[in-house]
Amino acid sequence: MPRRRPSPHALAFLTRRTARLLLCLAVVLTASFAMVRLVPGDPVRAALGVDAAPALVAARRHQLGLDQPFLTQYRHYLAGLRHGDLGTSLVTGVPVAELVRTRLPATLAIAALAFLVTLAVALPGGLLAAVLTRDGRRPRSELAFTAVTAALAGVPDFLLAAGLTALLAVGLRLLPVAGATGADSAVLPVLALALAPTAVLLRIVRVEALRVLAEDYLRTARAKRLPPARRYLRHAAPNTATAALTVAGSLLPAMIAGTVLVEKVFAWPGIGSALAQSVVAQDYPVVQAMVLILGSTVLLAGLLVDLLLALVDPRSTIRET
Amino acid sequence: MTLLQVADLTVRHHGPHGPVTAVDGVSLEIPAGRTLGLVGESGSGKSSLARALVGLSPVHSGRVLLDGRAAGGRTLRARRRLGRRVQVVFQDPDTALDPRMTVRQTLAEAATAFRRLDRPARAERVAGLLDLVGLDPQLAGRLPRQLSGGQRQRVAIARALAVEPALLIADEITSALDVSVQAAVLNTIRDLQRRLGLAMLFIGHNLPAVCHVSDAVAVMYRGRIVESAPTADLLRAPRHPYTRALLAAVPGLPPAPPPPDAAPLPLAAAEAAAPAGGCRFAALCPVGPARHAERTVCTERDPQPGAAERPHRAACHFPPDPDTPGPFRPGPDTPEDERS
Amino acid sequence: MPRILRLPRSPLAWTALAMLAPLLLLAALGPFLWGEAADRPDVTAVLEGPSLTHPFGTDNLGRDLLARVLTATRLSLLLACAATLLSAGAGILLGASTAVLAGRARRWLGALITLLLAFPGLLVAIFLAVVFGAGATGALLALAVAGVPGSARLAQTLAAGVAGTDHLAAARVLGLRRHRLILRHVLPNIAEPLLLSTTTAAGTALIALSGLSFLGLGVQPPAYDWGRLLGQGLDRIYAQPLPALAPGLAVLYAALTFQLLGEALAGGAARRPHRAPAPPAPPAPPAPPAPPAVGEPAGGDEVLRIDDLTVELPTPDGVIRPVRDVSLTLHAGEIVGLVGESGSGKSLTALAIADLLPAQARVSRRTHRLLGTELTALPAKERDRHLATTLAMVFQNPASALNPALRVDTQLTEAVRAHRGAGRTAAAAQAVHALRRVALPPALLRSRPHQLSGGQRQCVLIAAGLMVRPGLIIADEPTTALDVTVQRQVTDLLAAVRRESGTAVLFISHDLALVAGLCDRVLVMYAGTVVESLPTDRLADSARHPYTRALVESVPRLTADRGQPLRTVEGSPPDPLAPPPGCPFQPRCAHRRDRCAAEAPALTGLDADHRVACWHPLPAPATAGA
Repeated sequence: MPRRRPSPHALAFLTRRTARLLLCLAVVLTASFAMVRLVPGDPVRAALGVDAAPALVAARRHQLGLDQPFLTQYRHYLAGLRHGDLGTSLVTGVPVAELVRTRLPATLAIAALAFLVTLAVALPGGLLAAVLTRDGRRPRSELAFTAVTAALAGVPDFLLAAGLTALLAVGLRLLPVAGATGADSAVLPVLALALAPTAVLLRIVRVEALRVLAEDYLRTARAKRLPPARRYLRHAAPNTATAALTVAGSLLPAMIAGTVLVEKVFAWPGIGSALAQSVVAQDYPVVQAMVLILGSTVLLAGLLVDLLLALVDPRSTIRET
Repeated sequence: MTLLQVADLTVRHHGPHGPVTAVDGVSLEIPAGRTLGLVGESGSGKSSLARALVGLSPVHSGRVLLDGRAAGGRTLRARRRLGRRVQVVFQDPDTALDPRMTVRQTLAEAATAFRRLDRPARAERVAGLLDLVGLDPQLAGRLPRQLSGGQRQRVAIARALAVEPALLIADEITSALDVSVQAAVLNTIRDLQRRLGLAMLFIGHNLPAVCHVSDAVAVMYRGRIVESAPTADLLRAPRHPYTRALLAAVPGLPPAPPPPDAAPLPLAAAEAAAPAGGCRFAALCPVGPARHAERTVCTERDPQPGAAERPHRAACHFPPDPDTPGPFRPGPDTPEDERS
Repeated sequence: MPRILRLPRSPLAWTALAMLAPLLLLAALGPFLWGEAADRPDVTAVLEGPSLTHPFGTDNLGRDLLARVLTATRLSLLLACAATLLSAGAGILLGASTAVLAGRARRWLGALITLLLAFPGLLVAIFLAVVFGAGATGALLALAVAGVPGSARLAQTLAAGVAGTDHLAAARVLGLRRHRLILRHVLPNIAEPLLLSTTTAAGTALIALSGLSFLGLGVQPPAYDWGRLLGQGLDRIYAQPLPALAPGLAVLYAALTFQLLGEALAGGAARRPHRAPAPPAPPAPPAPPAPPAVGEPAGGDEVLRIDDLTVELPTPDGVIRPVRDVSLTLHAGEIVGLVGESGSGKSLTALAIADLLPAQARVSRRTHRLLGTELTALPAKERDRHLATTLAMVFQNPASALNPALRVDTQLTEAVRAHRGAGRTAAAAQAVHALRRVALPPALLRSRPHQLSGGQRQCVLIAAGLMVRPGLIIADEPTTALDVTVQRQVTDLLAAVRRESGTAVLFISHDLALVAGLCDRVLVMYAGTVVESLPTDRLADSARHPYTRALVESVPRLTADRGQPLRTVEGSPPDPLAPPPGCPFQPRCAHRRDRCAAEAPALTGLDADHRVACWHPLPAPATAGA
């Protein structure tokens, strides 16, 4: 690609995309703030139990600022965020920012690894499947491919996680059951997160590659009698990439959200398991912060994917909002 | 009497990079019972004009008068008032008809759009419409996929005629058809003009086909009408260099050598941006600044404003000498009185 | 929707139905049959492993887990289906509305859907479930809301396909009301894909709901669904995997069922041509052992000779023969036109000459000689090499014939680099030269196809063809997608190439006038056969085949009398599955006699240059004889 100064289109795209991100972040911020106030009943009493001393409840309410007017609370919430203050856990009394600092890297690690595994398997795999089954060749393999990927795409990640634990960790004792004790303990969570998205992406890459293989320019390449490797890798693959990456990008948010359940199964010390625990404990300051962090991570990841797409294929910026 | 009068109409679309002016200050008239042909190449804005006239694209500025009254508006009432008088047929026979509705359902829906008809009247109307466009009434039970491309276009014409409009807009209706099928559809159009006294705006890129059914022809280039005249006059003595280039490019049967002053347009410059404020054809024009360096006015001043005073409303600062014979000698025209 | 409800044929559909039946039965009957057993505590059998009396073991109160899993079917499915229906209903309404809303409202709605889609469903569901308060209703509502953006986007995408169609535009011009547009014209046309995606969504909803219950946000005690059973038992996974995983297996089973059901519905809707082995085709005319030297001696300037070319294509309804016994010869420096209407077989003839037919096509020909080399005798690899260096193809649509992802220079040079072993710099120099020949500036080498105009793209394709210095260029409707003023540049260019390098050109077109102006000779094709072959100067008034004559007279001309109707041909081209006996044009021919329906006429010479396949050729016009 020739090195060019960003065109006005690219700038317009950047502006549009950033505006959308800011809007989404505002939604997440407000939603996470409103969450604690919208919860039915009194969140403090819910967390401390019904027989907590009224004085303690009042103190905690004051500490959380729940006794102040709504807008003041919102202002304080935003001001606190600016200083990196995410509040304090009602149950453990630990600052939530501390919790995020220790746990976010673990979540990002398995989500990013799972995403890379998905891309690494599905992009070449889908292309290969398309080449093998083009023009209705190998109908049996096509049926098998469709059935198997459909089945895998339907396997929920937390069930897969439980199943993998039972089989590989408990049954065969190949891998650690839970926790984060080393590189090998990340294998199962990554596998559980990546499997269904890989199946989905495999199917989409294949369909997309079949479409590209039927394009006129592949007929042109055939008319030039280019060797198959060049036709598939140089002519077909780049044109499959845009659609494939778009879909992959849309799978990423679900993958990050999926960490909530998968981390719970594997007791993986990340944001997701913290969210799951605090939801059960009704520890709302933690829930609120985790929703905020997880939500923002998803949005930033989405932006990253779109920017990557724009670099790979500048035409992808010319899409309706 | 003027049925449709369009004054200074501008249509803008939302492109991916901001607004695009597809139709730029177009004025035209269609008298009742007459057919105006509109020719232009891809991207000249002719389809945008058609869609704006029937209310499918918003009008940015300008006036559309129907029977002397302002037409248009975004309310359902305004759209229905327009739909009762103006109908449209599009290019693509593959999507022209709802794939899930039989010919009968399609035509009945159109026939009852503006008035109530009981069951027998509806069946009679459907049969009458099919007969009008030269189709066997037996086809009424068919689905679009069971019809050929030419038959689908005829059903689309029948659907448009079902509301008995005063003006029919035909947007490239024969472009997707084979030449022998196109001939049959063009004959049907001629027949309808005669039998119904229908006014038409016949849009196309195929100059011979458009001229075949039109009383007058307007030539569109990059959102503007650059010349308009009665068909015979336009063919005999075109006044705009673009019209001349267009006429010269039409292959004839038997082939005729192109006239000397209509050299082919240079391909590399075909995409050249139009100079701001100047003539949009200047970069390609055989009589413009590319060949005559002293004619700088072409790139500086818009030829559109004075066009109404020039013969054929030619939007050109240097319209070719009217005495120079044009590239084609038109055949005998249909006598005027045969229509009325 | 009748197509969807038709009896399934594929094994996938049968599997899905077989899996669905027990689920529905369990949902209906489960609570009656096992409800009591599921709620009966037994302090003597707490947390037992699998046994004969308790195949899945028991829970912490000694209740039978199998009974509980079976009983939970109803609640799990009901909640999932209800959530799916709610979100599908709202989403489809939102999405389909975009097709009938105008300008700004549509854009805002689209932007809103995009915005909502940025938030992952599970996270939204967790958030809402917390806000609504833990419980079945809260979880149901949370899931329903979380699913709306996804189904709205799908409906929007599908509806956009309908919104672009001419029939919807026509319906709007008819002044139909919005609700009628949606109900009558939009929804029926997108119902099938929506139905199958909703089916798949039900599986996803079931999983998400189980996830929420698993987290403790869904169904609350004493009620239970699969998710809650799974959450309760998970701690036992180390000691007793089966009791821990049994509810999960139920979720998995149901999710797979929905997934396969959606898959089967999709397969049915797509109506793929089932690839049954093609019915035994009538044997293609046996190719006699090619006598290469028979007939006229291969003249020194013969570029292409193909004899008795027949192409067979399997279709879902049977084998068709879109090209039958076509023979043609091209000499160096000759431009030959191949004209015909759609379906006449002219493009397939071109592809057969270039050996580019789709894999399932069967082709037979007696001779296929290109620049003196008999291709039928060559192994595939040699044939490819020969074709690559002697033949260039130019296709109809320059917008799609160039690869949008590759730069012009790559697309120009790759063929010579692959087949002539040219180095990078040598190939680049040659590319500059080729661009000059088509009157394009060398600066275009660095650009990508989308930066060029249509005419420039077609010239780039011709330049790419010229790179291998071919003896033959096949141009298949090269100007059909171009404007008329640009069309002239392309035909002039082909004429110049022929003049300068003596390359033969086979020019395929539906436009008789264009062919008449460019070519030396014309072959007219009808229903897969060549019906007439004549010099172009005779095309306008001396064609002898009734079809050629009718075709010529149906072309509107600028010089014609506009009061006269154009000539038309009654009827339509024959059904390729059931070609008429005898002459293929006979059913539509005004001059047919008995013999025409009995025997097919062969292409026979009237004189040295003019051949016609007709028993009763039209008389030559008087002026020609005078």
